[in-house]
Amino acid sequence: MITYTLDNTIAVIRWNMTTVPLNVLNDESIPQFVEALDRAYADEAVSGIIITSDKPEFVVGADLKMMLRNINLPKAEVFQRSKQLSQIFRKMETCGKPVVAAINGTALGGGLEITLASHYRVALDNPKTKLGLPEVKVGLLPGAGGTQRLPRMIGMQAALPLMVEGKDLSVQEALGMGIIDAVAATPDEMMEKARNYIAANPKPVKAWDEIDRKTGKIKAKDNAKIPSGAVYSPIGAQVFSGGTAMMLDKTKGNYPAPTHIMEAVYEGLLVNIDRGLDIEVRHFAQLATSKEAGNLIRTMFLGLNEANKGASRPKDQVKTDVKKLGILGAGMMGAGIAYVSALAGIEVVLKDVTADGAEKGKDYSRALLKKAADRGKMNPLAIDGILNLIKPTAHAADLQGCDLIIEAVFEKQELKATVTQEAEPMLVENGVFGSNTSTLPISGLAHASANPANFIGIHFFSPVDKMQLVEIIMGEQTTDYALAVAIDYTRKIKKTPIVVNDSRGFYTSRCFGTYTAEGMELLKDGVNPVLIENAGKLAGMPVGPLAVHDEVALDLSLKVMTESIRAGIMSDAEPIYQMVKQFNEMGRIGKKAKAGFYDYPTDGSPKHLWPGLAGHFPVAAEQPALAEVKTRLLYRQAIEAVRCFEEGVIRTKLDADLGSILAWGFPAYTGGALSFVEFVGVETFVAECDRLADHYGERFRPTAGLRARVGEKEAVAA
Amino acid sequence: MAEAFIYDAVRTPRGRGKSDRSLHEVQPINLLTTVLRHLQQRNNLDTRLVEDVIMGCVAPVGEQGADIARTAVLEAGYAQTAAGVQLNRFCSSGLEAINMAAAYVMSGQMDLIIAGGVESMSRVPMGSDGGAMAFSPEIVSRHSLVPQGISADLIATKYGYSRHDVDTFAAESYRRAVDAQANNRFVKSIAPVVDDLGIELLGHDEGVRPGTTVESLGKLKPAFEMMGSMGLDALALMKYAEFDRINHVHHAGNSSQIVDGAAGVLIGSKEMGEKLGLKPRARLRSLAIVGTEPTIMLTGPVPAAQKALKKAGMSISDIDLFEVNEAFAAVPMFFMEQLGVDFSKVNPNGGSIALGHPLGATGAILTATLIDELERTGKGTGLVTLCIGGGMGIATIFERIN
Repeated sequence: MITYTLDNTIAVIRWNMTTVPLNVLNDESIPQFVEALDRAYADEAVSGIIITSDKPEFVVGADLKMMLRNINLPKAEVFQRSKQLSQIFRKMETCGKPVVAAINGTALGGGLEITLASHYRVALDNPKTKLGLPEVKVGLLPGAGGTQRLPRMIGMQAALPLMVEGKDLSVQEALGMGIIDAVAATPDEMMEKARNYIAANPKPVKAWDEIDRKTGKIKAKDNAKIPSGAVYSPIGAQVFSGGTAMMLDKTKGNYPAPTHIMEAVYEGLLVNIDRGLDIEVRHFAQLATSKEAGNLIRTMFLGLNEANKGASRPKDQVKTDVKKLGILGAGMMGAGIAYVSALAGIEVVLKDVTADGAEKGKDYSRALLKKAADRGKMNPLAIDGILNLIKPTAHAADLQGCDLIIEAVFEKQELKATVTQEAEPMLVENGVFGSNTSTLPISGLAHASANPANFIGIHFFSPVDKMQLVEIIMGEQTTDYALAVAIDYTRKIKKTPIVVNDSRGFYTSRCFGTYTAEGMELLKDGVNPVLIENAGKLAGMPVGPLAVHDEVALDLSLKVMTESIRAGIMSDAEPIYQMVKQFNEMGRIGKKAKAGFYDYPTDGSPKHLWPGLAGHFPVAAEQPALAEVKTRLLYRQAIEAVRCFEEGVIRTKLDADLGSILAWGFPAYTGGALSFVEFVGVETFVAECDRLADHYGERFRPTAGLRARVGEKEAVAA
Repeated sequence: MAEAFIYDAVRTPRGRGKSDRSLHEVQPINLLTTVLRHLQQRNNLDTRLVEDVIMGCVAPVGEQGADIARTAVLEAGYAQTAAGVQLNRFCSSGLEAINMAAAYVMSGQMDLIIAGGVESMSRVPMGSDGGAMAFSPEIVSRHSLVPQGISADLIATKYGYSRHDVDTFAAESYRRAVDAQANNRFVKSIAPVVDDLGIELLGHDEGVRPGTTVESLGKLKPAFEMMGSMGLDALALMKYAEFDRINHVHHAGNSSQIVDGAAGVLIGSKEMGEKLGLKPRARLRSLAIVGTEPTIMLTGPVPAAQKALKKAGMSISDIDLFEVNEAFAAVPMFFMEQLGVDFSKVNPNGGSIALGHPLGATGAILTATLIDELERTGKGTGLVTLCIGGGMGIATIFERIN
């Protein structure tokens, strides 16, 4: 709901939407906003307009569900719709009456663009307020004048990073940059400053506008000056020529939005604001109908929100709450779990074999908290309170009363069995035991448990404080109750849960393993290792397949493969196994040995590919095209995700997609490892997989289930 | 088809492109009128017969803007019936002007044209004309367009030219230029630049530095490393993914010098020469222009030369002398390697590394230098070629007549 009141001669328009949790621009609010504005324009008694909100936030942007619904509309229609909104905002600044944004709280995207279209911006000095144009994060651009007004206000050099990176600003930062004009300590002061501006500026004209001498109306000024310099100036050369290269270094050309943002600024600043706004909308329409934007909105915004709210949680289970957590093993993982749990206010018992080892685990939290405080991201006074929640110990008895115990000891079945049996009796009644294993099947580990129904896999990723995902693994006997506890705990520590069924490598390790494996296949095929690594990165993976294999270490790969051979699901004749074995025999097990696919010089100079690689895997005279190497690396992971889904290892498409992006860095522009199939098209995917299988091996062969989906839009039945 | 003959070639000396050097005070228009006046005087030219003046200029803005060729025609005192046109094909503009003029003559549509170019790089800096090729984020992204220095270093990376290799080439360019200057090999074409009082401002190429050695060049810092580290190397490597890094070997001492200068070549038909009583100095055998991959950008001379040779029905061994523009040391090195040409036949009097590269004029300067050298040595056939921004190459084959 948007209300309209008259305060003497000033029209006050207040956003207060009730049908959605936050004020957003959508099909409901936009017409109401227009109606209110039109009323104020038309009423001759109205001397000025104040736009504000009755909710804690101002306006947080466009309704992304609406954006997603419209993603398949014809581009021309999206252009027309978007142009309408752009013109609504344009009218605010050309109506002849002063329009003030009284920014009581967070204003993002379209919300901030309302304020930019206003003549004056006064913000309540609230440390929680975020101001920014984050559209790029969902593959869009600030399409309601953002790309045109912000650079015309603060210069393109200052404006572009805010739009290309989508960074939020605090009120004080925005004030310093000249994005807002004034700050108020109280809501009353804010409204007073707004009224004062209106009284002092009865007929404001923007710097990029002028009064038409014939009509007396405001119109766009040709050749209006851009602060900090024009497009074709030395500054422009830096911003556009150099800036484009720097932007591409990050996006690898896989994300179209940053390029369109830069192009909209480049093209738009060469013309007057009216034409610039049209140009912006043209670029917006391209993005708003792009697969990449659809994928980012679907998976990384709406999907992630759903998962964070517990989409995979069994609905019939009552809410649980872990108040006391036990952690077995104070190594890297255990220490990290202790840290994130204590941060969430959970009492943590951190147990290791020795008191010293446990204390060292707690030191990890001390160091991270100090770093956060040093960077101003944490109140130093809060540190002790958080640290006091972590009790390091060597005594199992201290685990008494834990609601949840997570073991994070070495990946040895026998060891895990011992610690399970020792700690389990300390749980509260109906307490849950979790294993942070990354590879060992949960059902097997559950044999050691007295209560396999309450035994569950809770797989964290390293480093725990940075990695957002938690892979929750259901054993054969794990109950929905245990799952609810694990998900509620994951939500409490503000991480994203996905749920998978028990199998070797679960979902994330299994699919990620195909990336490193395909890297080795390429090497074996004589592909230049530099090309392999660059292809991985250019495809959008954070690290090349050989480099990341060095990071996880080849001794671990050997262990996993040996287990697989023992379990009869892998042959020891497998060339990849032979390669891994060979590297282990050479002692080149990765970064920790300072030797793997790369050499890691001890003098601190950057790692480089091991020159000896060529001796073992001669580089073929004929090299594949970059696109082919990228295809092999991405398709291999995607087909494995399809298999995981069809085998029931992963339960939902969303979990498959989120898991791939958050766990091992599968590129988000594709929507995730399973959505990748739809990104390229099911038919294309199947045909390509067949071609790849014919050329490189059966590992690429499409499943029967996938073949059956040819002609469908969705890769898997929903 | 008619034949196109070169009757004369004149150029200004190249002044170093800095605000404290000899030609900085001179307006670019005056560099060009110097050339036109000398051509007229040396050949006692009836300028009423000159149909067009085609001049290359790569930054045709500011005082080089508004069709500097036509401006020069009027200012040099030529008959007003001589037209003028400025063109821009980046670094090849001076040779492109010659090729266009020759094509007019060969087609029988015109009989007498002056072709050349001008660039005062000290007054109108490189890049002053902007352009979507360098500025538009979409265009830069779509085609991985990088500055030429990065491209030159990419050639060196791809073809394995070490810093020592390129410095060795550059030192030899300096040695040859010093030698040529000492032996007055450039005087035949040079029109000294004088001021309005008649005082000579510059009579020789200013950038030649005696005593330049591999060792002295070795001390210079790579010029494009910093630029490359700010995303531009990565942009180039998006296309050249087989390399993990670009080896930055080029610097101020093994890249072409930034200079001021102008040049003009008198081109006409056989009949026109006879009418004017001029003896042709050379005949244009064939010309070629090609487009190449724009990121590595500077490899065009090889396919351009091949194309020109094919058109002339010649093979590479038929060419006695080459002028390959030394935009960067890697460019002529790549040319020689790919076509199997011995260094003794290439740039015998040095090149742009030692002498300078006034962008719009260089193609015509190289033509003047080539014809002078063919005449001096009595050799028969020469080829001029330049690499070009945006990924192009140009080549023209000349045959000595005198």
